[in-house]
Amino acid sequence: MAIVIEQPDAPRSRKGAQWEKRAWIFMRISGVILIFLIIGHLLVNLVLPERGVKAIDFAFVAGKWASPFWQVYDGLILWLALIHGTNGMRTLVNDYSEREWLRKALNVTLWVTAAALLLLGTLVITTFDPCIDPNVHNYLPDLVCKG
Amino acid sequence: MAHRPAGTLYRGKLGMWTWVLHRITGVGIYFFLLVHILDTALVRVSPEAYNSVVASYKTDIVGVAEIGLVGAILFHGFNGIRVMLIDFWRKGAKYQHQMFWVVLVIWVILMAGFVPRQLMHIFGA
Repeated sequence: MAIVIEQPDAPRSRKGAQWEKRAWIFMRISGVILIFLIIGHLLVNLVLPERGVKAIDFAFVAGKWASPFWQVYDGLILWLALIHGTNGMRTLVNDYSEREWLRKALNVTLWVTAAALLLLGTLVITTFDPCIDPNVHNYLPDLVCKG
Repeated sequence: MAHRPAGTLYRGKLGMWTWVLHRITGVGIYFFLLVHILDTALVRVSPEAYNSVVASYKTDIVGVAEIGLVGAILFHGFNGIRVMLIDFWRKGAKYQHQMFWVVLVIWVILMAGFVPRQLMHIFGA
């Protein structure tokens, strides 16, 4: 199968060029923000706590998400990292897939996966209910649970 | 004496191999992110479901693998800054080699802090 390489200076649709430029800019802006967010995430979850990763359990998450700060923080990582990662994967798919139908199918799969996980992750953060743990008052004594 | 070409920015030598490594670490982090969103979503199911799955992160093997994950993240992040400096800084392309060594030094320093701490958490009493 012959591989056709586009003429780099061939005119492209204004809309397509705009989209690619915005994606390129997004990668850079989100990349800088993610460095700070993820180093903070690793420090707070793996490095600073006495027992590190071994301290992570339902109570640990409930303690963090009792504060809107960590809900917004984790929500930001979710959105920025997943879109950044999906767009990066799109770049690889566009570079390496030789069959047009496969390229399209992989890209559709990437964005459907991203949309599903963004929805799931956002719902998990915003509707999280620590009261599903009967022992919640051992670690969140001030929490008021209904029923 | 024949002049040995130093390689262009992304074709040959260090520039190309950091580009390859940037892609490989990116793919690895992407797939971890998918898994990590799904495992965290279990807090919406039950404390038992979440705790039992997160327990696998605390095993010896996964605990050591987390060092690889953190190493990949730190390389991808700081090499990303290098890529941006190549894009936006007037002398970025000229100093892309030197900037790789700066990335490596930052990476070694941060890993020197993380690795012993993680090993203590995983294998310590």
